[in-house]
Amino acid sequence: MDDELKRSIILDNFSNPKNKRVVDDPSYLTSNTNNESCIDNIDLFVKVEDGKIVDICFNGEACAISTSSTSIMIKNLIGKTIKEAKAYVNNFEAMVNEEAYDEELLNDAIVYEDIYKQKNRVKCATLPYTGIKKIINNLED
Amino acid sequence: MNRNDFLMLNQDIIFFDNAATTFKPVSVVNAITDYYNKYCCNAFRGDYKIGLIVDDNINNTRNLVKDYINANSTKEIIFTSGTTEGINIVAAGYFRKILKEHDEIILSKGDHASNIMPWQRLASELNLVIKYVDLDDSNYVTLDNIKRVVTPNTKVISLAYISNVIGDLRPIKEITNFAHQNGIYVVCDASQSVGHRKTDVQDLDVDFLVFSGHKMYGPTGIGVLYGKKDLLELTDPINLGGGMNETFTDFDYQLKELPTRFEAGTLNIAGIIGLGEAIKYINSIGIDKISEYEYKLREYLVNKLIKLDYIDIINLESDSGIVTFNVDGIFAQDVAIYLDKYNICVRAGNHCTKLLKDVINVRNTIRISLAFYNTTEEIDTLVDLLSDKDKIIREML
Repeated sequence: MDDELKRSIILDNFSNPKNKRVVDDPSYLTSNTNNESCIDNIDLFVKVEDGKIVDICFNGEACAISTSSTSIMIKNLIGKTIKEAKAYVNNFEAMVNEEAYDEELLNDAIVYEDIYKQKNRVKCATLPYTGIKKIINNLED
Repeated sequence: MNRNDFLMLNQDIIFFDNAATTFKPVSVVNAITDYYNKYCCNAFRGDYKIGLIVDDNINNTRNLVKDYINANSTKEIIFTSGTTEGINIVAAGYFRKILKEHDEIILSKGDHASNIMPWQRLASELNLVIKYVDLDDSNYVTLDNIKRVVTPNTKVISLAYISNVIGDLRPIKEITNFAHQNGIYVVCDASQSVGHRKTDVQDLDVDFLVFSGHKMYGPTGIGVLYGKKDLLELTDPINLGGGMNETFTDFDYQLKELPTRFEAGTLNIAGIIGLGEAIKYINSIGIDKISEYEYKLREYLVNKLIKLDYIDIINLESDSGIVTFNVDGIFAQDVAIYLDKYNICVRAGNHCTKLLKDVINVRNTIRISLAFYNTTEEIDTLVDLLSDKDKIIREML
């Protein structure tokens, strides 16, 4: 994917993030994540039915990379089983940590494949993944 | 001015995060390396020549601090690790002993975590009440608003002299005057002011004042707690151990006199020597000259930023070199990362002032904090980069 296309996908997901809304529904599991600079703040709301993620939405205030990464992660996780979701999360983290990963599994999250070059942005890109892990790691596959 | 004194400025960098920490002049760095390379040994222990040099230097720094803040005596100058430790000693060492249930402490939502959390713990331990003074339309602390929140139960007012996001200079002298008429103690966090503004503890008449060396061109890990002598006499040290005990037996101990009783263990000797050198350095320029120059720089910056209609300046009128703003529609951290691509260091975030968002309705901001080594040319470079919003969006990723 060329850099211009990556940039436009990131900016589109930042300007028009998908599933940015609050739910007041106790059937949703929630987590909050601050990164270490304590600036980004994202709440995730996840609904799981029969071992499958049926809905995720988020709210909060975060930078362009965190916000877009959250939007893209949510799109990619809805419809996945917990086992598939864990594999997707591990794969994304492998990519940003410069480890071996499967490009096919990541869809448009591949736009962050070069983020490791910007050390101050790695935490931003992985912020929603830290949040989702707090939820799905407590669930059985 | 004096840019040649700072080796950090030899590289291609514009540093606008001086409220977090300042650069150190060569004289400070040399004094520290001289200690480690030429007369490295512990203090107040050695009957040898290099030991006496260390002892002299520590005593000299204490004297320099005393004169710098116009304290009455070196007995009132305690070396700490920084502002945070200073406030914790005051809260836990003095006020824990004298405050009673339902006593009230007045704080400001514009203040740093270090001037909030030690009081919160104390309040929870002793069942005290914390009250926050209302900030005015400019987010300033005023004496009138202090008077509104004071009750017969108020015992402590603890405020920064200059706040670290709004940058307002609080009317501490007037507040202290009013407070003392009403039997209220005043604690002052001078960390943002001490390197930029004259500090006179006798004129301010504060009961305790704390600051850090690293925000005044000195090293990290060293700070000062000033307290009025009669109050320090009643304050318990937090740390007990070597150097501060007069004697100890199997089950008892006696403490040394002020200020030594607060300085248990091996001192941060290099830090103390560096702090002394930093004070000499500031004195060689003149603190009033520094204040004046930094204020002019601030006005220069604000007058330029104000012309950009998509920039919202949070503290349009402020008395310090701190300018806090947001670029409409762009997250503060994205602006900071964009500027970093041009080697401009600014701070983005809540600046450890997490309660201020309740007042200014903005959680995160960009903060420029100036020092005397900044220049109008550096400000021109910054404003040029902020003058094209599309460029910021294009390049922030």
